[in-house]
Amino acid sequence: MIGITGYGAYIPRFRIKAEEIARVWNQDGEAFKRGMKINEKAVPAADEDTVTISVAAAKNAIARAGIDPQQIGALFIGSESHPYAVKPSGTMAVDALGIGPEVMVADFEFACKAGTAAMQCCMGLVQSGMIKYGMAIGADTAQGQPGDALEYSAAAGGAAFVIGRDNLIAKILDTFSFTSDTPDFWRREGEKYPRHGARFTGEPAYFKHVIEATKGLLKKTGTTVNDYDKVVFHMPNGKFPREAAKKLGVPEEKIRDSLVVENVGNSYSGSSIVGLTNVLDKATPGEKILMTSFGSGAGSDSFALEVTDRIIKARDLAKKTEYYINNKTYVDYGTYARLRKKLTV
Amino acid sequence: MKNVAVIGFGQTKFGELWDRSLRDLAAEAGMLALKDSGLEPEKIDAFYIGNMAAGRFAGQEHISALAADHMGLNPIPATRTEAACASGATAFRQAVLAVASGRHDVVMASGVEKMTDLKTSEVTTALMGAADQEWEAGIGLTFPGLYALMARAHMAKYGTTLEQISTVSVINHRHGAKNKKAQYPYEITLEQAMKSQLVADPLRLLDCSPITDGAASVIVASEEIAKKLNPVWVLSVQQASDTVALHDRKSLTELAAAKIAAKKAYEEAGLPATKMDVTEVHDCFSINEILSVEALGYCPDGKGGKFVQDGKVAVGGERPVNTTGGLKAGGHPVGATGIRQIGDIYLQLKGKSCNQVKGASAGLALNVGGSGATANLAILGRELRRK
Repeated sequence: MIGITGYGAYIPRFRIKAEEIARVWNQDGEAFKRGMKINEKAVPAADEDTVTISVAAAKNAIARAGIDPQQIGALFIGSESHPYAVKPSGTMAVDALGIGPEVMVADFEFACKAGTAAMQCCMGLVQSGMIKYGMAIGADTAQGQPGDALEYSAAAGGAAFVIGRDNLIAKILDTFSFTSDTPDFWRREGEKYPRHGARFTGEPAYFKHVIEATKGLLKKTGTTVNDYDKVVFHMPNGKFPREAAKKLGVPEEKIRDSLVVENVGNSYSGSSIVGLTNVLDKATPGEKILMTSFGSGAGSDSFALEVTDRIIKARDLAKKTEYYINNKTYVDYGTYARLRKKLTV
Repeated sequence: MKNVAVIGFGQTKFGELWDRSLRDLAAEAGMLALKDSGLEPEKIDAFYIGNMAAGRFAGQEHISALAADHMGLNPIPATRTEAACASGATAFRQAVLAVASGRHDVVMASGVEKMTDLKTSEVTTALMGAADQEWEAGIGLTFPGLYALMARAHMAKYGTTLEQISTVSVINHRHGAKNKKAQYPYEITLEQAMKSQLVADPLRLLDCSPITDGAASVIVASEEIAKKLNPVWVLSVQQASDTVALHDRKSLTELAAAKIAAKKAYEEAGLPATKMDVTEVHDCFSINEILSVEALGYCPDGKGGKFVQDGKVAVGGERPVNTTGGLKAGGHPVGATGIRQIGDIYLQLKGKSCNQVKGASAGLALNVGGSGATANLAILGRELRRK
């Protein structure tokens, strides 16, 4: 059985409140919070990027796995904000983590679902026996154009998973993907900020792919949503995962633990998997978890997981996701603009 | 001039129809109208289609021939009309005149717009093509801005309030909640409307009609053909023009072209304003409904806000307006709106509306282009006018 041997999250400490963004753009912050269900979002410090976030999350994952980093045979970082267009994020991460140099490394990009794609690739490599452990990371310092609705949600954070076949914290029972050419959100080479198709990002993009991938997984595994104790959906905001749950007949209490978006925003490649780390932090052995990511462009990866007894000990071996959610310092819009390098002359 | 009747109507769903193209929409509406009329496609002699900006929205010009071809109507003459948001009613008027003149017996008049393939900012720019490029667009004005200026002027001159303006949207949404083809078929509260995002002071988000995909189509026919088919008679079609640029108008607080068209239409139809049991007006922005009920003579100038606030425009009120949700709740695929309005009056007069006004026997549709430069008005009735 393949599964998660170690997991960890990292969320930057700075936060900006929706009201503060609304104040600058003369918008109604309260209405936004009600509609999109995001109160505040995480902002990376000046010295944080996708690589530092990846390393911080991966350190937590290795601590929980309790393995020698040298046993990790592959590392993939999924992100849409790799600091370099050419020069891998993964090489910096393996050196910082003491992995390799005898290691397979690549960077992934698939909008918000590159992290779950990395998990699937590690599963394949472990299953085939090519590697013993694989490190799958999803992390982002997401960009939102000043004044765009994305500014309220595009946040920073990430999660990392050691995928292996022993010492499992959670078994990965199965996975299923659903992908199509759906141009709902994109950023061309050299462009600073992404563009999006506004409401086109909803029905034909997010909902279609999340629902089809989830249904596909349920069919493949012969299960129904009732067989799962906790459910995680990608969180572009707090509204979409709730609607997806409703459409699939999942009661809101089952997604409750995953909804980290309300207080940290959408960390893109980190979004659904940071939600998963928070669910694991609170899970009891034997619980089944359903997770479906979404990446614009568009595709979804759906996973069926089962928590093992090892969760009890393992989760205390590193900082929990709630620690990062609660460890926060508020910044004003000016500081945010400086930290996010929005002030250009 | 010969008598002309409406004998069929068809409408697509209005909304963000991601998986439907311009031609799909035009063909669906046309086929639905044909089906409603009970006629075979071979009976159609000519085709008019109102469309404002397919060239900018979809890169497609020459949509008259394209739509006719996709409905299997070749080789009949196919003509596109363009008068900004009044493109649809302009097509209707041409169709009516073509039959009234005796040249054709059965004519299809459609309207179509596919707007959601572009970003909102690009749509706003394209729509600004309906205004004066040199004098209005060039200084950064947009349509919300133009109508906001008219709203401000009306508020300053007559004491019209934001609450009165917002009430327009509240009532239209109440009506639209019953309309399955509406883009936003649900109710909104006055508080929601008044507190929605500011777009162009004083107009807020819920004062503005949406960006919409959709098509509508009607079939008009000569008396000879129509009399066997439970027709709704066209008692008058009138069109009047005003300056395109708002600042060239004599007044910012009236739709002068609509006033002129209304006066002529009442004369031609032989019916006064008080006989209009149902009315469609062009609430592209909520202030326009207030300006429209004044232009149509439903209330004195300056009293439109109160007329709305007193509920006179609601179904059950004195002069029901936009009974299926108007442009605000129903959606505003610009080229299709004028035809949709005619169609909704037709349905009311046939007793088939989703929000029926009991015993409606005459109705009026006012389709406005730009900030009022084109006014297209039709009066329909159950009874033929006495000559």
